[in-house]
Amino acid sequence: MTARAIMQATDMQRALTRIAHEILESNRGAQSLILLGIPTRGVTLAHRLAEILESIVPGSSVPVGSLDVTMYRDDLYQQPTRSTAPTEVPASIDDMTVVLVDDVLYSGRTVRAALDALTDLGRPKAVRLAVLADRGHRELPIRADFVGKNLPSAHGERINVRLVEHDGEDGVEIDEVMSA
Amino acid sequence: MKHLLSTRDVSREEAIQLLDIAEDMSAVNEREVKKLPALRGKTVVNLFFEDSTRTRISFEAAEKRLSADVINFAAKGSSVSKGESLKDTTQTLAAMGIDAVVIRHGASGAPQVLAQSGWIDAPVINAGDGTHEHPTQALLDAFTMRKRLHGAGSRGKGLDGVKVTIVGDILHSRVARSNVWLLQTLGAEVQLVAPPTLLPHAVDTWPVSVSYDLDHALAQSKPDVVMMLRIQQERMQDAFFPNEREYSNMWGLTQERFFSLPAKTMVMHPGPMNRGLEISSAAADSPQSTVLEQVANGVSVRMAALYMVLTGEREVTHD
Repeated sequence: MTARAIMQATDMQRALTRIAHEILESNRGAQSLILLGIPTRGVTLAHRLAEILESIVPGSSVPVGSLDVTMYRDDLYQQPTRSTAPTEVPASIDDMTVVLVDDVLYSGRTVRAALDALTDLGRPKAVRLAVLADRGHRELPIRADFVGKNLPSAHGERINVRLVEHDGEDGVEIDEVMSA
Repeated sequence: MKHLLSTRDVSREEAIQLLDIAEDMSAVNEREVKKLPALRGKTVVNLFFEDSTRTRISFEAAEKRLSADVINFAAKGSSVSKGESLKDTTQTLAAMGIDAVVIRHGASGAPQVLAQSGWIDAPVINAGDGTHEHPTQALLDAFTMRKRLHGAGSRGKGLDGVKVTIVGDILHSRVARSNVWLLQTLGAEVQLVAPPTLLPHAVDTWPVSVSYDLDHALAQSKPDVVMMLRIQQERMQDAFFPNEREYSNMWGLTQERFFSLPAKTMVMHPGPMNRGLEISSAAADSPQSTVLEQVANGVSVRMAALYMVLTGEREVTHD
């Protein structure tokens, strides 16, 4: 197995900054926004995005939370028992624009679960999806509104998103599985 | 985790994973929509051969909050009172396509029999069997202790070095047994205090220290937690102590004894309480008492237990 670097720390920073600008453009500002990250790395990315948003719009404050989707997954009986992570929603999502944040978009099943989880928390005005990397292979009619990088990949490959907070460094790499 | 029969079978990692999941469940229990879809389409039967109000309601709430379909089966008014055996009852349930069984039974070991019999291929959760074990009670006690001690920082932690004194009818108590094994697994130090007549014979093989004198024990070990057990009159056919007044004076958490405890000592009781016998109202209604928290946490912990035994890949067994 060999790992190929796709994004460096500076690429990641640039991508997040661009996503922040796109969020502000589509939302016409930073008001009524709430960022909800999907654990674990989505939450970290959501915090980084909020920081960038607040630096672009001085005086603004963008609430950030986490949305655990474990109990809403459709593969609870196909995978070993998964541990849950905290759901922390800092403000009511009613009539807000919720931006879901995750590191990698793949089958779309996690996002499907997240949409169900949101329904149990309230009725947002709109829900958007921001991801650092979109690797394709969707199994559901779901697409991201804001994408850091499109990464065409093969099924057998693994996309590793590494973040300073968890892994000591920033970067995205692909593990290529040797075909036997 | 395939079944939850005894806290003896639960590893430290499993116990902490379960308590952590229960943390997230307790957050769900505080929101407006107290429901998760995890067990949608699964049917859970609550098989209660022994009277119970709080445990059965607690399990039922947990099952419903995880979207399972619930069937309540009480021995009274069922075919059991017509003489149907545990085997026939279970096979009937299996034929109906039950996905999990929560069982309370007066006979120690009944849940184990059910799990190993091959009568039904479903996870079994022990909701109290005879004088043997009551694992979900021990887990909710551990959860309550951890939450009081560490608050929001509870996740991932055990109960290392926490001193727990369990007082009262150890002999008949499945709660005490389940607590002893689980607390040891989580790193706590357990002391048992009881009259010699209410201690089991093999207590010297348990990982605990034992005392007959409550005042001495409390002064010596300065416990973080004092857990009072119910005097189970229904299981007492012999004279285990002279009379209730003497028991209360010597082994009850009387008002006087309670006020001599440090203000941070937790007072626990699995309920239902015999006020004035093993615990005084002064202790039971104080801020140090966790009695109502234990009830609330029971639902969260049972949700976590149901989730852990029901989800995951199940190997199909054929006999």
